[in-house]
Amino acid sequence: MLGKKKRPPAEIPSSSMSDIAFLLLVFFLLVSNVDTDKGLGVLLPPPGDSEIKLNPKNITMVLVNSTGDVLFNDEVIPVEEITARARQLEASNPNMVFSVQTDRRTKYQDYIDVVDQLTAANVKKLALIGTQ
Amino acid sequence: MAIKKKTKSKSGIPTASMSDIIFMLLIFFMAATSLKTVEGLKVKLPRARSIAKLDTPKQSVLFVFIDRTGNISIQDKLLNVEDVSEVIYPLRRNDNMLTISLRSDQETQMGVVSDVQNELRDASALKVNYSAKPK
Repeated sequence: MLGKKKRPPAEIPSSSMSDIAFLLLVFFLLVSNVDTDKGLGVLLPPPGDSEIKLNPKNITMVLVNSTGDVLFNDEVIPVEEITARARQLEASNPNMVFSVQTDRRTKYQDYIDVVDQLTAANVKKLALIGTQ
Repeated sequence: MAIKKKTKSKSGIPTASMSDIIFMLLIFFMAATSLKTVEGLKVKLPRARSIAKLDTPKQSVLFVFIDRTGNISIQDKLLNVEDVSEVIYPLRRNDNMLTISLRSDQETQMGVVSDVQNELRDASALKVNYSAKPK
């Protein structure tokens, strides 16, 4: 008969525990992207066709066509120049309203480019009239 | 004068409680992590420069997805354009802070976006955020 084998005491090795936990911790730290939603905030006009009479002097028309060309006050300009132009106008007339109109086939990116440029110029009054 | 030197206490970080602390942190991060990302349509967000963080609390943000072919999805349901205001109006009535996060594809045509915006106006959901990625 064989002698009974001595069993080693059953125990979880605790020295490597923290290593394992650290590894898991790092994994979850990396995976958890605190999903912050970033974007351009705008305020839509209230419902209804409330015609607000505006002095034509206080309106700047920004038209975007289906190929992304920008007509800024009846003048074709590159998108990147909108910020500078808008700053000038805003400085000379604080009541200036920028009205952005697009074609129904305009790409969303082109529209966002224009809104982005106007936001960069700290435009306070932005009217998004929509499509023609 | 012979002052007995105090025996120095052993220096060293106590490692016995270390794993407890780490596990606690681990559980915190596991609980805080939502592996489920926002569901909806597959969109490629437009790029913009002057983007800012959304300042509305998360529970008041409603995502509206529009993909490049013009499909509209709210709360994992595909909708027609005309039904958007009906879906949003009750939500808007219950929540003053409701902000619409418009997640639209770069290539989406403005016609659809504009229709959705008009529906949002009808539902008095006027705070809109155009989701974009940094350039």
